[in-house]
Amino acid sequence: MKKVGNHTSFSRILLFCLAFSLSFSFTSFAQDTAAAAPADVAAPDAGAGDPAKGKELFNSLCAACHKLDARATGPALRGVADRQDRAWLYKWIKNSSEVIKSGDPYAVKLFAEYNNSVMTAFPQLSDKDIDDILAYTSQPKADVPPPPSGDVAASGAGSDNGVNNTLVLGALVLVLLVLIVMLILVNKTLRKVAEANGIDVAENEPSVSLWKAYAKNQFLVLVTVILLLLSSSYFLYGYLMQIGVDKGYEPIQPIHFSHKIHAGENGVDCKYCHSSARVSKHSGIPSLNVCMNCHKNIAEFQGSKDSTYVDYSKEFYTAEIQKLYDAVGWDKTTQSYTGKQKPVKWVRIHNLPDFVYFNHSQHVSVAGIECQKCHGPVETFEIMKQDAPLTMGWCINCHRETNVKVEGNEYYEKIHDELAKKYGVVKLTAANMGGTECGKCHY
Amino acid sequence: MKALYKIALLVIVASVFTACFNKSKPNYQYFPDMYEPISYETYGESSAFQNGKEGQFPAQGSIPRGFTPYEYENTNEGYELAKANLISPLDSASIDLPRATELYTIYCSICHGDKGDGKGKLVEREKFLGVPNYKDRVITEGSIYHVVTYGLNSMGSHANQLSQEERWQVAHYVLKLKSEL
Repeated sequence: MKKVGNHTSFSRILLFCLAFSLSFSFTSFAQDTAAAAPADVAAPDAGAGDPAKGKELFNSLCAACHKLDARATGPALRGVADRQDRAWLYKWIKNSSEVIKSGDPYAVKLFAEYNNSVMTAFPQLSDKDIDDILAYTSQPKADVPPPPSGDVAASGAGSDNGVNNTLVLGALVLVLLVLIVMLILVNKTLRKVAEANGIDVAENEPSVSLWKAYAKNQFLVLVTVILLLLSSSYFLYGYLMQIGVDKGYEPIQPIHFSHKIHAGENGVDCKYCHSSARVSKHSGIPSLNVCMNCHKNIAEFQGSKDSTYVDYSKEFYTAEIQKLYDAVGWDKTTQSYTGKQKPVKWVRIHNLPDFVYFNHSQHVSVAGIECQKCHGPVETFEIMKQDAPLTMGWCINCHRETNVKVEGNEYYEKIHDELAKKYGVVKLTAANMGGTECGKCHY
Repeated sequence: MKALYKIALLVIVASVFTACFNKSKPNYQYFPDMYEPISYETYGESSAFQNGKEGQFPAQGSIPRGFTPYEYENTNEGYELAKANLISPLDSASIDLPRATELYTIYCSICHGDKGDGKGKLVEREKFLGVPNYKDRVITEGSIYHVVTYGLNSMGSHANQLSQEERWQVAHYVLKLKSEL
């Protein structure tokens, strides 16, 4: 009977998996058709130009300053062909400055409205090319694959997973319970069998309790006391040694910044943002204008199909970008700064005691050490944390083990040779060159 | 039985002390007055200044050591003037190609591509569109320096990441890339 119960739970799981995978394939199929439909509709009414070719041209020539549906350096271009006639657009795109100079009122107004930024002239574009681009910009806004259904599918998938896990756990618990019940039953039947056969089941004789016996044995007590002392001092030592060590410190920052996305997936160099690590004692927390170098253009998180974001949704990341805009005072609808700024209070993670001197440029520029050597694989961290203990022993260890690159440094060649001779080594370590002297780091 | 309780107690106490490391809070310190600075810390807060921040603007009109005031304005006219008139102060001996390459790789190639063809990683991932190929643009060392200093259209200013001398190194390297395209 119990076995059958077990069976059903397994078949349930199987059924669940099947339903789960089916639901997945259906939703993806539905999205494909949804995406394909508007393209089909759009193709015939574009008429004059080829939107596919236009898209290519648009992305390479126009997209630096124009977006389809949002204001950027220049105006949003969807439906621009309906705003002005073709002849004017040809003239404007080929050489906008001339149109402005000719005193065309619309052109002058446009120029003033967009902060007098000059549009690059494109004399190389033929009327046909422009037609292609206009065909692309005239395409109706593709329906975004309905997010509610996608969300439902996604959240459904998540809970499916949870249900699956709980199901498996529940099945395990069930099996355990069944085993216990079986044991009790077996015990009972054995007793019954013994009774029927007339065998006396021996009851436990009352004896000296185990603990009293233990207390009487002085040797055992002594050994236990010694063991207890040793283990407690071991733990005490461990506890005392980790005071002041912040390895694994992972505070919540005012803006969720993912190093995994920026440095990992997009491959932005560490020093692009932490530029002062090259030239100064501090690695530098980037000022918000550095963020805006890219995020002026990137207002929402799009992610990519090959990336996996377990904990956070696209909406979450887009909201975090909005936090940046609020702090720096950027109005994304008018594409301009409002002047209302508020500082972002980042929480400092790597913090050496005040009695230690550490200089980033010395390690980054002179020694040429990778940032990851001390900060860990930051490009995989969704949330920044301290990876190394940053204790003195840890510093000294590295100074003892790291060979100094002395090649190509003719100016110090002689002193390097003499040092190597003095210590009888082939390769000089940082410690050989004074990297373990107290005064180098403590002053 | 008592010893069992004691062992349990000890285990609990030890695990309370060691296992429950709250990772969103910094750890205890032995002598905080030796760890925590009295002086202003970089990026710190300080009641000494009105806006409560340690980071202050330099006094108005002051010029950092080694800084050359830049006379071209951040306008279209300034751009045209810089393009026509601005000449690099670096002579051929002070152009440091390895360093320029490194700086270009850090600060430019993410969008402009390692070869300057406008196919950087961000462009390939379609985060940034329309980054031009250097070959298709009329640029001079003066205009490159001007654009790196002030930014242009979607490109932001890189003046706080690159010093003036570094910007000139990069400008030379960009011209070199353009000649190779």
